[in-house]
Amino acid sequence: MNPSRVAAIVLRQLYLFRGSPQRVLPIFAWVAVDILLWGFITRYLNQVGRPGFDFVPALLGAVLLWDFLTRVMQGVTMAFFEDVWSRNFLNFFATPLRTSEYLAGLVLTGVMSSVLGLLVMLVLAWAVFGLSFAGYGLALAPFLMVLFLTGIALGITGAGIVLRLGPASEWLIWPIPTLVSPFVGVFYPVTILPAWMQLISSALPPTYVFEGLRAVVAGRPPPWDRLALGLALAVGFVTLACLFFTGVYRYAIRTGLIARYSAETVS
Amino acid sequence: MTSPSGPILSVENVRKAFGALRAVDGVSFHVAPGEIVGLVGPNGAGKTTTINMILGVLAPTAGRIEIDGIDLALQRSRALTRTNFAAVYAPLPGNLTVEQNLRVFGRLYAVERLSERIETLLATYDLVRYRKAKAGVLSSGEQTRLSLAKAMLNRPRLLLLDEPTASIDPSSARDIRAGISDLVEAGHCGALWTSHNMYEVEAVCDRVLFLSRGRILLEGDPKTLPAQHGAASLDDLFVAVAHEPPHGGEA
Repeated sequence: MNPSRVAAIVLRQLYLFRGSPQRVLPIFAWVAVDILLWGFITRYLNQVGRPGFDFVPALLGAVLLWDFLTRVMQGVTMAFFEDVWSRNFLNFFATPLRTSEYLAGLVLTGVMSSVLGLLVMLVLAWAVFGLSFAGYGLALAPFLMVLFLTGIALGITGAGIVLRLGPASEWLIWPIPTLVSPFVGVFYPVTILPAWMQLISSALPPTYVFEGLRAVVAGRPPPWDRLALGLALAVGFVTLACLFFTGVYRYAIRTGLIARYSAETVS
Repeated sequence: MTSPSGPILSVENVRKAFGALRAVDGVSFHVAPGEIVGLVGPNGAGKTTTINMILGVLAPTAGRIEIDGIDLALQRSRALTRTNFAAVYAPLPGNLTVEQNLRVFGRLYAVERLSERIETLLATYDLVRYRKAKAGVLSSGEQTRLSLAKAMLNRPRLLLLDEPTASIDPSSARDIRAGISDLVEAGHCGALWTSHNMYEVEAVCDRVLFLSRGRILLEGDPKTLPAQHGAASLDDLFVAVAHEPPHGGEA
């Protein structure tokens, strides 16, 4: 992997961020709205709920972590969509750029934007609603890593779908986190789901993160073995997503899709 | 293995089929160091398909392509470090400035002393005053000059130019033709040049390939080829070749 070529993809995105406030604003704005909305909901639930149970870490913490996954995915897909919108595939892929380098560049830009979003969420959740993750320290790292890897896997899969089906399929990509969320138990234990849904839940890495979060909120130690399983699944998902994207890219090279990529020419 | 004395581009019996359509049908040719080869033919002849295969963005159905002695199918990334291209149908991202585009593509080609190289190219292609302008707001002629500057970033051994002077005024086009001719002669690189402008082909190319329905029908020196085939000019020869019956002689 050539670092200069990976840096080129990151640099392109930095230039776009620098010259365009409308690209930067969504990194902060939507996460801030989400935190405020759910923060006030949890505050209300604390007032009307049973005493002794704190909704803030249970619900607001879950929203914060789920938003992080969503932002990672969107960071990857947004960087990819820049090439879709500017019809830039021919220019990029006629250079020595490898798919692994292109994907690494997309992931790094996803890291940059999602980390910024995460910082905004952490500061807002702490400043307005008193939810602090500082006490968890490094124990939070495996939780974030599982979500981070899952977000990358979803982002790369989304990019592969759009490369294969064309720009018009963008609308299929944005709701992916919403489609996944009922299965991973962001707001409730997966044990309340029907058996067939639980089966799907057990294959999804974020399930183990939210299960772990609820254990911590309930005062139990984090279930490290379950988090390790989630991490292993997430690594597997990233590998599968990269294989999927590479397969689509090879198809695109075989059929000429890369050279004539547009909404009109892709069926 | 790199072969300094061998051809810079070697295309051997390359075919590309899209279902039943044979877009390129057994094309073989080479480009030697210091040579500009013209690839001409009517619309749909297979010129762009051939160039896309050489650029590695379209896989041939059969055949072999070597750039500077490197097999494109086996070492795609390494082979593409030796080439670059400019095409009217592939404008650079319009949401980046002229300088940003050159910087991003310079990194993709891992160009050494990139800032210095960019300054030279901005001056050569008369783009200094547009360096902070978004590529999307440039006129089509300025965008073409930017594409050419990008194509020269890595001092390619093989230059692929698909109608490089389309949308450029005659004076700038003449300068660009002269510049590329000098570069090819001095730098021991080779160029494959497609154009519908037969005057340009005759002025610039050392050799011309007439492509029609995916096959090379004629090949030779653009200055002597028309007379050899009973045509008054390259333009007339083009028209005659464009009206050739399909393969096998069917009407």
